Amino acid sequence: MFDRRGLLRGLALGGGGLTLAGCDKLNSQPQFRRFLEGAEKLHYGAQRVVGGENALVREYSRLDMSPVFRVNGNSMPASPAYQALAANAFADFRLVIDGLVAKPLQLSLRQLAQAPQRSQITMHNCVEGWSAIGEWKGPQLGPLLRAAGLSSRAKYIVFHCADDSGGNPYYESIDLNDAFHPQTILATHMNGGVLGIPHGAPVRLRVERQLGYKHAKFVMRIEARDRLDNLYLGKGGFWEDRADYAWYAGI
Amino acid sequence: MSTVLDPPSAEPAAEPAPVADADHPIGGDLVKRHRLSTRLWHWTNAVTLLVMLMSGLMIFNAHPRLYWGSYGANPDRAWLEVTSTTTKGYLRVGPVQLETTGVMGYWKAPDGSIQRRAFPHWATIPSSYSLADARIWHLAFAWLLSLGLLAYSIVSLVNRHFQKDLRIRAAEMAPRNIWHDIKEHARLRFPTGEAALRYNILQKLAYASVLFFLLPLVILTGMTMSPALVSGLSPLLDLFGGRQSARSLHFLAAFGLVAFFLVHIAMVVLAGPYNEVRSMITGRFRLPRERAEP
Repeated sequence: MFDRRGLLRGLALGGGGLTLAGCDKLNSQPQFRRFLEGAEKLHYGAQRVVGGENALVREYSRLDMSPVFRVNGNSMPASPAYQALAANAFADFRLVIDGLVAKPLQLSLRQLAQAPQRSQITMHNCVEGWSAIGEWKGPQLGPLLRAAGLSSRAKYIVFHCADDSGGNPYYESIDLNDAFHPQTILATHMNGGVLGIPHGAPVRLRVERQLGYKHAKFVMRIEARDRLDNLYLGKGGFWEDRADYAWYAGI
Repeated sequence: MSTVLDPPSAEPAAEPAPVADADHPIGGDLVKRHRLSTRLWHWTNAVTLLVMLMSGLMIFNAHPRLYWGSYGANPDRAWLEVTSTTTKGYLRVGPVQLETTGVMGYWKAPDGSIQRRAFPHWATIPSSYSLADARIWHLAFAWLLSLGLLAYSIVSLVNRHFQKDLRIRAAEMAPRNIWHDIKEHARLRFPTGEAALRYNILQKLAYASVLFFLLPLVILTGMTMSPALVSGLSPLLDLFGGRQSARSLHFLAAFGLVAFFLVHIAMVVLAGPYNEVRSMITGRFRLPRERAEP
């Protein structure tokens, strides 16, 4: 009466009698996973409704800052090119903005400092559950994209980074709503000083309504794209590709 | 008590027996007890809460430390942590440290390997470590939990289930009444006859605290952990005293629900599991027979 597939379907539809083995089997069933992952669209829609286009995350006072801001992920990219730049205090660093833009840019740190700046004390929310409060300063991303003449075909902004893990370059992507959010900045300074290498020098993305893994460190190139499925493994980010993290999490 | 009619004088010497009518069922009658909305919501919740708990424990495994306040990471002081040495597992709550080797912090996986994650494989979804998978489950079922609670609350207000069955009256809160119910529960003397259809004060307090306190608390503290949601709902951060406090309360509320579940199951077993479970599946409940009073 019950073959295995029928039983699994029964579990998926009726939700009754879930067992550990059942959950693991369901977890590895592509159809059931797609069903669960479908909720991501609900998260996205609900959070855009609640947070609107431009609702700001809370900004804190200096008194609220974490005494020690935990360093996570890579603390020093292995790339010789990056290390050569670092050895020279990033004097030769040029941030590339290209892809679907009318005039690709190559910006020095001095040029970045001349763009509209924003300073904010915000909370960094790691997907694992910990959080830390720090002060970040740098140019807003939106005006830089406008200066580069962002194409109307662009739907995503991709951040290519200097670090890698096991030979896989770190990258991340966000939508235009997050890219043009007033608190989305390319941080060059942290806690009142120049951004240190462990925290992602010389440029680290701060995209405050997202979880930590979206806040790419060591950003070298910003690329405007119309799709993500033809980039690396196609899921829009290093952790999305490697560990199935949600592209849009927000929680 | 149900109605007891004195038989008309014509029938001699018969024992006065309880007589049922449509409004006054008596012990032994099969009556309608739970509405369809209540039954649907009950079983949806049974599955949803189990999935949320087990996937939540896996999420906790990613950072098995709890803090109070706005921020909290490894350099900061945790009020609760699950930790391990090379040979033992520990749960630390404040200054108190308990050894939990074999269960928490240090346990053997089905393949025989020693694992030092906080919660063991049999307690988590999925059973092997995956933060991403646990989040997919947890956040998908969060919609079922929240929308289910919303729908059930609306239906229960419209059909007056809340007002008729769950409203706590002042007289019920009298210490004498509460103490009486505690004694009856302790002696496992559950209501019989028609009285079994009404919730007593301990049941009302338990159900009301789950419906109106623990479930909203677990949902709202979950939302408070979302940087995207609190951009529009920042008062939540003040309500719970910061993101890490919300995370701690989320965990405590989940264990409050586990405690409710354990008592709930114990009561179902003691009150007659067949009849109780049937009433939650088909809606039909056989009223327990009246006890002969001493």
